[in-house]
Amino acid sequence: MTTDYKPMWTSLGLNLEKHDALLDVLGKAYQDIYLSQQNRPEGMGYLDFVMSEVHGLRIKELQDARAAGRKVVGTFCVFVPDELILAVDAVSVGLCAGAEFGFDEAERLLPRNTCALIKSFFGFKLSRVCPYLEASDLLVGETTCDGKKKAYEIFRDVQPNIYVMEVPQMKTAQDRALLRSEYLRFKEALERLSGVTISAERLKRGIDLVNRRRSALARLAALRGANPVPVSGLDALLINQVAFYDNPARFTDAVEKLCSELEKRVGKGEGVAPKGTPRILVSGCPMAVPNWKLAAIIEGSGGVVVGEDSCVGERGTRNLVDDSGSDIDSLMEALVERYFKIDCAIFTPNQERVDHVLEMAEKYQADGVIHYALQFCSPYVVESYRVEKELSARGIPVLRIETDYSQEDTGQLKTRVEAFLEMIRK
Amino acid sequence: MTSAGLDVGSRTISLVLFDRGEVADSVVVDAGVRPLARCQRLLEGKSYQRLVVTGYGRHLVAPSLGGEVISEISAFAVGARHLCPEVGTVIDIGGQDSKVIRLSGTGAVERFEMNDRCAAGTGRFLEVMARTLEVGIEAFGGLALSASKEVQVNSLCTVFAESEVISLIARGEEAGAIALALHQAVAKRIIGMVHRVGLREGVIFAGGVARNRCLGRLLSDRLGVTLTIPDEPQTVGALGAALLAAKFHKDFGG
Repeated sequence: MTTDYKPMWTSLGLNLEKHDALLDVLGKAYQDIYLSQQNRPEGMGYLDFVMSEVHGLRIKELQDARAAGRKVVGTFCVFVPDELILAVDAVSVGLCAGAEFGFDEAERLLPRNTCALIKSFFGFKLSRVCPYLEASDLLVGETTCDGKKKAYEIFRDVQPNIYVMEVPQMKTAQDRALLRSEYLRFKEALERLSGVTISAERLKRGIDLVNRRRSALARLAALRGANPVPVSGLDALLINQVAFYDNPARFTDAVEKLCSELEKRVGKGEGVAPKGTPRILVSGCPMAVPNWKLAAIIEGSGGVVVGEDSCVGERGTRNLVDDSGSDIDSLMEALVERYFKIDCAIFTPNQERVDHVLEMAEKYQADGVIHYALQFCSPYVVESYRVEKELSARGIPVLRIETDYSQEDTGQLKTRVEAFLEMIRK
Repeated sequence: MTSAGLDVGSRTISLVLFDRGEVADSVVVDAGVRPLARCQRLLEGKSYQRLVVTGYGRHLVAPSLGGEVISEISAFAVGARHLCPEVGTVIDIGGQDSKVIRLSGTGAVERFEMNDRCAAGTGRFLEVMARTLEVGIEAFGGLALSASKEVQVNSLCTVFAESEVISLIARGEEAGAIALALHQAVAKRIIGMVHRVGLREGVIFAGGVARNRCLGRLLSDRLGVTLTIPDEPQTVGALGAALLAAKFHKDFGG
């Protein structure tokens, strides 16, 4: 970053000393993990730029939007419909945090045995290092897992502008009705916040922006089915991560452009890793920036990640919203229709997820699946049993990993991943 | 052609030189605090054409030694199969890792389990406990086998188990019974891993802890199978690495 953003950070109430430390760690990690990769597509230059300005230019854009009277809405989950947020001209930013930062402070409010994702957003808040949190006019939590649900009660003490959305846990007609009423309640909350009434036309515009972003990400995903694979799993993960907070139209254009470049690669039979490199599908918990741990281990051990069954991945991008309706009721129904299909592990039963993993393994020609669960994330940790059972029954090798954001288990993880890749190669 | 296999563990380093179908040399030394220097000294004056390194320190030492790396899982599988062609399951308990590997009929790794991050239920755990009971690690298994009664230790966490041991001592329990309880706790953990991968007949018990008589007996009793314990259980990984070095040499040329 060349511009001096310190005055902006100070005005947002950041702790500059800790914030510098965070940017330092982030910059080094990005250098080591990302910039050291060989044979990267040129289109990744845009992502490098976004990452270099992650707490700079993008925050300035948020602040400029606010100065112009627009609102910033921070979210933590793919059940919160971006379409509605964009319909009131607000800016949507995903707030999940992926670094072990401020955990000491977080553990003063939360039990130690809390998943790293929750501890991380508490840590970011308590150490005042996340400009996205501080620039948000409204935070939207949701009742997905028990950990998050209860944590938001405590989070309200440190950031009062939090709204909690109820998310159903089964897929019956009543659950669908609940999701619909929750989306209507959320629509009203956004209208109150922004002073804008969501018309059919506005909602259509929101749907269009998000559909285009999802289509671009689906195009990218499909290109990873090529052998050799044209883009690394690390880069694809980063793209999926950045989707949560970048300007949607600009981001979509950059991804489409990258995809055109990748199509040429595929046409020429070029890839980032030679044919024969073990192809891994990662399935499980979301990986928020800068959680690149598992992908870095897999790709550092001679494998390549070809897909993510994850909220930061296909769980978040699968299916478009039907925008053919002309009135607000039918568009809201179309929204519910799309989101109700999400195969999150909080649902019971959740056979859809297993079916999706099987489908993805085939589509992306995966040689094996690594199930990634954050420690203490019961929904995914428990569900990994069924995922493994059904994959194994079809002869697809599975490695189950349970980890967190720390680096202390890297050695053991590396051994297990290497052994898994050696096992697949035979 | 001579191939070399090096297993750089957390507690010990093993070297095996393999030549014309036979082990030509095998050495085990303490890993110490400078494993790379230790490895360099170990290889001094030895002649070999190809080196494969495995173990916890493989990535640390392989580049400087001009060796290739392989995970311990593959190395133990290959080493165990060489020693016992009918092997179906390998149990390896080392200094800070324990693993259970299930092999197919052709010797391929089918499934494996490994302990997560801490040293619970590994050689290091037994070392710390032996020290608490003031007995050498070599005599620890024998002490456990001398128990005249049974007590229980519930924790496998080295820190918590140590405080359990101290309270058992304070209660006046005999050292043998406490030692047995600690061995039972480790055995229980390993058996859980065996069940997760699915036991296949032909069980080899390797790694430094295989030298402990009590643990071998407990595992064998509870699994209801006879365990094969190699003469030098600590060198199975290094043997596997040496065999892989020979294979790489053959497959890809010098």
